[in-house]
Amino acid sequence: MSDVLAVADHRRGELRDVSFELIAAGRELAAETGGDLHVAVVSGPVEEFAERLAVEGVDVVHTVDHGEEFNHDVYAAAVASLAESVDPAYLLMPNSVNGLDYAPAVANRLDRPLVTDAVDLAVDDGLTVTREMYGSKVETTVSVDADRAAVTIRSGEWPPIDADGDAEIRAADVEIDESAVRSRVTGFEEVAGGDVDITEADVLVSVGRGIEEEENLELIFDLAEALDATVSASRPIVDNGWLEKGRQVGQSGKVVTPEVYVAIGISGAVQHVAGMKDAETIVAINTDSNAPIFDIADYGIVGDLFEVVPELTADFE
Amino acid sequence: MKVLVTVKEAATVADDFEVDGHRIDDRYLEYDLNEWDEYAVEEAVQLAEADDDVEVVSVTIGPERSEETIRMALAKGVDRAIRVWDDALEAEDLLDVAAKTRVLAEVVEAEEPDLVLTGVQANDDSFGATGVSLADEIGFGWAAVVNALDADRVLEEGVAAVHRELEGGVVEHTEVDMPAVLTIQTGINEPRYASLRGIRQAQSKEIATRSLADLGLDAGAVAGDLELLDLYEPESESETRLFEGDPGESAAGLAEALREKGVGAE
Repeated sequence: MSDVLAVADHRRGELRDVSFELIAAGRELAAETGGDLHVAVVSGPVEEFAERLAVEGVDVVHTVDHGEEFNHDVYAAAVASLAESVDPAYLLMPNSVNGLDYAPAVANRLDRPLVTDAVDLAVDDGLTVTREMYGSKVETTVSVDADRAAVTIRSGEWPPIDADGDAEIRAADVEIDESAVRSRVTGFEEVAGGDVDITEADVLVSVGRGIEEEENLELIFDLAEALDATVSASRPIVDNGWLEKGRQVGQSGKVVTPEVYVAIGISGAVQHVAGMKDAETIVAINTDSNAPIFDIADYGIVGDLFEVVPELTADFE
Repeated sequence: MKVLVTVKEAATVADDFEVDGHRIDDRYLEYDLNEWDEYAVEEAVQLAEADDDVEVVSVTIGPERSEETIRMALAKGVDRAIRVWDDALEAEDLLDVAAKTRVLAEVVEAEEPDLVLTGVQANDDSFGATGVSLADEIGFGWAAVVNALDADRVLEEGVAAVHRELEGGVVEHTEVDMPAVLTIQTGINEPRYASLRGIRQAQSKEIATRSLADLGLDAGAVAGDLELLDLYEPESESETRLFEGDPGESAAGLAEALREKGVGAE
């Protein structure tokens, strides 16, 4: 039971990148435990997915051919059943929205401790997990005092493995009890973009929680006009209904890659950074010099946006 | 119908802070109702407003200090509250998902709700897993990261018809048979402010305290397999060029740098 089992993530016919990052994390763990790396793929075109998942370092890919789309009841049953037969020391799952819809149930069923949103893993005298707390303000290391554990990993933290491998592909002997499937996916919807397309903008002026009040947004629109830029926002602004969903940058919004991204009053939580880290030049204006946005900003001002932004606007008018 | 809302008093950290051992020094922590739970409370209260027969009960695992936070939920329309705490819980540095699951499962067994609403995650430990783990433990259906709930179908059909917020602006429509646990995402509604009348009424609402023994559990149930080894400020990889001086000076410096990047060029 020194093996590792990683569960691939896919959606609407596409394998998601985190699948290959899970394999990278799994390979590191398997190298430390001296065990094999198993990968599981559940639902969808599993044969086609399995061929692609059979990358370097993977020993076995297990396929569970059941339905097209993600269903958490099917996933929980299939992954728990596979984990019982493979009996891996470490069970790795994605910390995606769907991952969080089945991983806790699997861990509970198997009576394994669960650590979510890992950014680093190490095996020493047992498993040690690095993860953030308090909205990325601090990092923690957590040791798991158990022979078997379940972990979900954050996307973008391990370099994806794509080199060819020679894994065995095995159709898993898993029975899904249909009477235990109590949820039904009835459809999907793309969030409407509204009348602006922030993914097309060369310059984005992006506003976050620091703006405090809806009426203060005028400051941001004034700056955007002076810079010939488009206004985008972080999640709290959209949650408050101050700007439309189509302007939201981040994991659950849009991924943008403008030439210049000006983050105003945005702390830079991981969910936001996932949507803008590939901008060519990142500018941050924030009162908190410890805000994570300064970890990725090229230019910055540590200061009060209500004082700095009007000055910046005036400079361009 | 009964709706159980799990709430948590969560700490936010001041801009500048110090670490004391494995904890952030208490002077730099501000305790408040967990942001996600605000939306879960609002969703529950809206169900109660739509149907007089809906009772809303909130449950928290937390010290006496957290009663202040629970009172705010009561002031917003929650009918009564349960607070679970004792020395064994106090002694845990990091209460893991399995421990929370065991405690909450006993509360569910005692209360027999039809619907359990939790926040997607807490802004302190950010596990994001307790709701789904609880659902599995108590044999309820579930849905994680819910950003819309059809109240009529909950009340009339006993079905939770929800939208789940996936990555990249995609929403999944899902139906879950009740009883169910839903983990509620921010933005699902507009949480209300407590009214003065609500705050007055909250003073006379019940907050029942329960120890682990009251729930039929012993200290071992919350001991958990996770141990916090270290807590530290991440090393900054910042290579930010900072513009300093008064607002006029710093803005002028930034403006020049932006112009070099071609911003504002006609």
